[in-house]
Amino acid sequence: MMSIWNGSVSETQIKFKNRIWLYAVSIIVLFLLIVPSLVVIPMSFSASQYLEFPPKDYSTRWYENYFYSIDWLQATWTSVKVGVLTIFVATPLGIMAAYGLVNSNAKTRSILFPIMISPMMVPVILVAIGLFYFFVQFKMVNSILGLVLGHSLIAMPLVLIIVLSALSNYDMNQEKVARSLGASRIRAFFEITLPQIKFSIVSAALISFLTSFDEVIISLFVSGGDNSTITRSMFLALRDQIDPTIAAISTILIIISSVFLIFMQLLGSPKD
Amino acid sequence: MNSTQNLFQGRINEGKLNQLDRQERYTLFGLTMPYLALVFGLIIFPIGWLFYMSFIGRDETLSLDNYRRIWESKAYLRIFKTTFQISILTTLLCAVLGYPLTYFMSQLSKRWANICLIGVLIPFWTSLLVRTYAWLVLLQKKGLINTLAVDWGLWSEPIKFVHNTSGTLIGMVHIMLPFLILPLYANMRTIDKDCLKAAANLGATPTRAFWTVFFPLSLPGLFAGLLIVFVLCLGFYVTPALLGGGKVIMVAMKISDNIELYYSWGAASALGVVLLVVTMIILFVASKLVSIDQVGNRN
Repeated sequence: MMSIWNGSVSETQIKFKNRIWLYAVSIIVLFLLIVPSLVVIPMSFSASQYLEFPPKDYSTRWYENYFYSIDWLQATWTSVKVGVLTIFVATPLGIMAAYGLVNSNAKTRSILFPIMISPMMVPVILVAIGLFYFFVQFKMVNSILGLVLGHSLIAMPLVLIIVLSALSNYDMNQEKVARSLGASRIRAFFEITLPQIKFSIVSAALISFLTSFDEVIISLFVSGGDNSTITRSMFLALRDQIDPTIAAISTILIIISSVFLIFMQLLGSPKD
Repeated sequence: MNSTQNLFQGRINEGKLNQLDRQERYTLFGLTMPYLALVFGLIIFPIGWLFYMSFIGRDETLSLDNYRRIWESKAYLRIFKTTFQISILTTLLCAVLGYPLTYFMSQLSKRWANICLIGVLIPFWTSLLVRTYAWLVLLQKKGLINTLAVDWGLWSEPIKFVHNTSGTLIGMVHIMLPFLILPLYANMRTIDKDCLKAAANLGATPTRAFWTVFFPLSLPGLFAGLLIVFVLCLGFYVTPALLGGGKVIMVAMKISDNIELYYSWGAASALGVVLLVVTMIILFVASKLVSIDQVGNRN
């Protein structure tokens, strides 16, 4: 026991006991990061309609509320649909752009890259009102297409960055070899490059979905009516009155993101 | 050998080769086109239009009306003050809480560090609304924190944490923390531990080795993290809108109100332009100091 206490724990021979505060602070911060979100799980099984924690009685009434509500189900369906369509817009465009950038010269890259990641740099509220104006002109407000375009816009830079980092670890000469053996560039890409960066592409696709699924501000402005997303409905519900159905939905959302996260961790980033 | 090759093949096929080369470059450039078209059509063009709108006054003519109103009105000034205060406080709190945790993670073995990293990624990928709702549950008067604190005698009366500045701050720090930790962690992992060994070998105490060797080397990561947190805070909307309870009004909320409640595109655009310009100046200055790739890499 004493040996652990006085043992050195880093290159600088600092002793465990002198560092105990670091462990304490880190564990507290980690606790604060993870645990607060989890309170929604017991909350969602509360029988009361007030926010009391811990709940006095348990029930599944909020889940019933959710599964019997046409509005919530429709909003969920819209979000899923938009998320899936976002994958199909953002991922191919991101891959194409990443491939183009990797194979272009440094000067082109240095001009195009900042423009390409601008959706991440511009405050989302501006992207949202800009899109809102644009969609009003083209009568695309409250349309699925508008939502998909808006969400793809913010998902594309993430795809771009992920695929770029995968391609930067990849030796493009392999494609040259395939082409010198007679494969067309397209065939070389699909048969040589793509299989080697496929894990990054899958995680980029998952991230596109989650980005779209969790997006609030653009949805708030450009969706509505029958095509309201779940995040929009949740935001409005949270702002106006606090309905414990949100706890049930939150629990479902936590499960969805955890499944995605575990899936991505299992895939592993190719760099590790 | 080389020179003969140049002499013969180079000249004979030069025109054709150059043409192919150009063609290939255009094709590759073409691949980036759909992406660029979306960015130009849906971001750069609409924002250009917002820029134009911000110069249209109430009487439908070109003027600096909207900007003058921002400059002169006490209410707008207060909104900017609140925005900066909250953003700076959130950023500092994130640094104070995030740095020790990240340092701790960087010292762990890869395996344990990855487990901790999942702990950072779970909240990162949990919906913003879920986390904001959770804090709403925890912080309210009858919430868990007040109940526990009163039971344990930490304070005698339940304190109202939500619908005010403290609630907004707590929620924002929780949401922004992963944005600080991830770039910082990536940076700390690249620091060569032998440098610390060398410092210790030369007689530095652990504290001194940390402050003179490790800390300066971790600054680029810390800086990238601080930057992204600060910039995200400036334009933040959801958490202050829900946890601030109307008492904490930040720029993004005012922009949204101007459009949703007052249909005042001019005022909203001018605020948006100010927000954008401030953000861009910060990013520009920062990009001179750190590589922009490090900023905003969510992986």
